[in-house]
Amino acid sequence: MSGAIRYFDNNATTRVAPEVLEAMLPFLQDQYGNASSMYRFAGRSQSALSKAREQVAALLGTSPEEIIFTSCGTESDSTAIYSALNARPEKKHFITTRVEHPAVLAIGQHLEKQGYAVSYLSVDGKGRVSLDEFAKLLNKETALVSMMFANNETGNIFPVAEAGALCRERGVPFHVDAVQAVGKIPIDLSMLPIDYLAVSGHKLHAPKGVGALYVRRGAPFRPFLRGGHQERGRRAGTEAVPNIVALGTACELAGRHIQEENTRVRALRDSLQSGLMASIADAVINGDQNNRLPNTVNISFKYVEGEAILLMLDQFGICASSGSACTSGSLEPSHVLRAMGVPFTYAHGSLRFSLSRYNTQEEVDFVVEHLPEIISRLREISPYCGFSDDAGESDVCPVSR
Amino acid sequence: MWEYTDAVRDHFLNPRNVGVLKDANAVGEVGSLACGDALKLYLKIENSRIVDASFQTFGCASAIASSSVLTDMVKGMSVEDALAVSNKDIAKALGGLPKEKMHCSVMGQEALEAAIRSWRGEPPVPHAHEGRLVCKCFGVTEEQIVKVIQENALVSVEEITNFTKAGGGCGECLEDMGEILKNVLAGGVSGKSAVGAKPVLIPDLRKSKTEAAPALSNVQRMQRVMRVLDEIIRPRLQQDGGDIELVDIDGKEVSVALRGMCTSCPSSRLTIEGFVQQTLRDQVEQDLAVREVSQ
Ligand SMILES: Cc1ncc(COP(=O)(O)O)c(C=O)c1O
Ligand code: FES
Repeated sequence: MSGAIRYFDNNATTRVAPEVLEAMLPFLQDQYGNASSMYRFAGRSQSALSKAREQVAALLGTSPEEIIFTSCGTESDSTAIYSALNARPEKKHFITTRVEHPAVLAIGQHLEKQGYAVSYLSVDGKGRVSLDEFAKLLNKETALVSMMFANNETGNIFPVAEAGALCRERGVPFHVDAVQAVGKIPIDLSMLPIDYLAVSGHKLHAPKGVGALYVRRGAPFRPFLRGGHQERGRRAGTEAVPNIVALGTACELAGRHIQEENTRVRALRDSLQSGLMASIADAVINGDQNNRLPNTVNISFKYVEGEAILLMLDQFGICASSGSACTSGSLEPSHVLRAMGVPFTYAHGSLRFSLSRYNTQEEVDFVVEHLPEIISRLREISPYCGFSDDAGESDVCPVSR
Repeated sequence: MWEYTDAVRDHFLNPRNVGVLKDANAVGEVGSLACGDALKLYLKIENSRIVDASFQTFGCASAIASSSVLTDMVKGMSVEDALAVSNKDIAKALGGLPKEKMHCSVMGQEALEAAIRSWRGEPPVPHAHEGRLVCKCFGVTEEQIVKVIQENALVSVEEITNFTKAGGGCGECLEDMGEILKNVLAGGVSGKSAVGAKPVLIPDLRKSKTEAAPALSNVQRMQRVMRVLDEIIRPRLQQDGGDIELVDIDGKEVSVALRGMCTSCPSSRLTIEGFVQQTLRDQVEQDLAVREVSQ
């Protein structure tokens, strides 16, 4: 085992790009002025904020006035959802999907306790929503719809353009959690019927602790944090200038690399997927292979448990994640896989690999070289190998070919 | 990331005594694929002494490590001594387990007990048959809960979840668990009948033993459904080029997906309602409902 880290968990968080670190550093060192102050020294912070706002707006195809900086994706989601709901307190119906990130799902559960009717759009076996079913859920009472752009576990891309159009037809505001999509697939808000859109810095090579929220001009808004006049009164609190500069730079870089993301990174992902599928029996891909983020693959291996796989991968310095119960922090497997109806013989053994432009073919080959061996070692331990209660038969084990 | 001791890592990465023990005369099985961990423990007992032991485990690192260390521990033990092994002893042999993972050591202890019961010719799954079912999601009974509280000196509901998983699913049983904890802490189960404590525990245990057909726990139901699917239903469908897959079991609703020829078969509804549901009702429980999910 060598000390090198092979990082395949970019949907969890990403490394800070060297260019991003370089851009933010001066604001952690000499240029510490408060952007609200009146001297020229602080003016540099002020102009750095403006530049960052333009960079974020450019990546999303919108104008800088429609971007609010926040502390993370979760804050952006909360701000957007409560904003829209509080603007129309008489409407008590909220629609989202069963496979949202907890940043949205937990709000849905909280709203239920507060007397809201909450509809959770279901997904099919591949994790896809049905627009027909969605259209049926919309009604006169609907205050807001929140749908993710792309799913963090499967990488599935959701039909936000179509769903947004349906919302607009009926005058229902539409929020999109785009935390996983930004920087991975092109997003042009000038062409999309979206009212709010959440972004998180640490998913696109900016540091943790910074996010952004797009609020379409004219969309109802209520501040989540009240106080000073920062962000034109929409989000009080002294701006985290270094982080915001970092997010701006990261967005500019993401725009430059988006082609690569959809060619080279996609090819690496595909090579990882086909390499694993060819060498490991009883494995299935979770999600919609025809409509997925270019960097994500989610595979389930029958008869083995995710945490055990991750720990063995860790021995090789390989970082990935799993939707198994033991890794979810709860005692049940991932809500996304369960919503998809992935049989529990597979759900507990799910692994997610999420790549970035920093991954190489050598790293992919390294995983393809070592994972089959890990799976077969764990299958040798598992009582379900051969899937028979008969002890005598249990040693026929579908290990890797 | 869990903080595992070196002993856990060692037993996980280099598990001892893995696999089927060919001449085992005692086998204990606990857990299920659905719950995310399961352990099958094999013992060879001669003259009331455990002369060999092995295991097969599906589960996380601490489940595998607990099983491995358990087989090492019990080899050479008398049956009497083995029955005295507690989940605490297993955890201690590993230098401790993260508190959220204590249920892995409990699983080891239960498998050991089940194996010895099987050797004695007693029913294999003692816990699930005895006592009132408290947690539907993970099939945990009042008796099991009382036992871990007493043996491990637990003082909170959260700890009970760490040791048994009860309460870790839908959470509906949390209140009930709190009541049980209160009773045990008040001494209500030692038979001394503490003042003020509701004396529900002992009478309930007796009652359910005499009931004609004790209700199945979720885990038992799951195990039986999987068995019937594999041994009766699937072979039949496969004769016709079809297949079936279990998707989920939610209470008494069994979700299945048809595969192969079955998917295009116009009479698939009849297959589900007639053959599949009826067979499951006959073999498992009369009020099961089978639902087809498309995938
Ligand atoms: C889809 C999605 N939404 C929201 C979040 C939360 O973002 P943050 O960690 O910046 O709060 C995440 C992060 O995992 C995510 O994947
Ligand atoms: S009944 Fe115990 S968690 Fe659901």
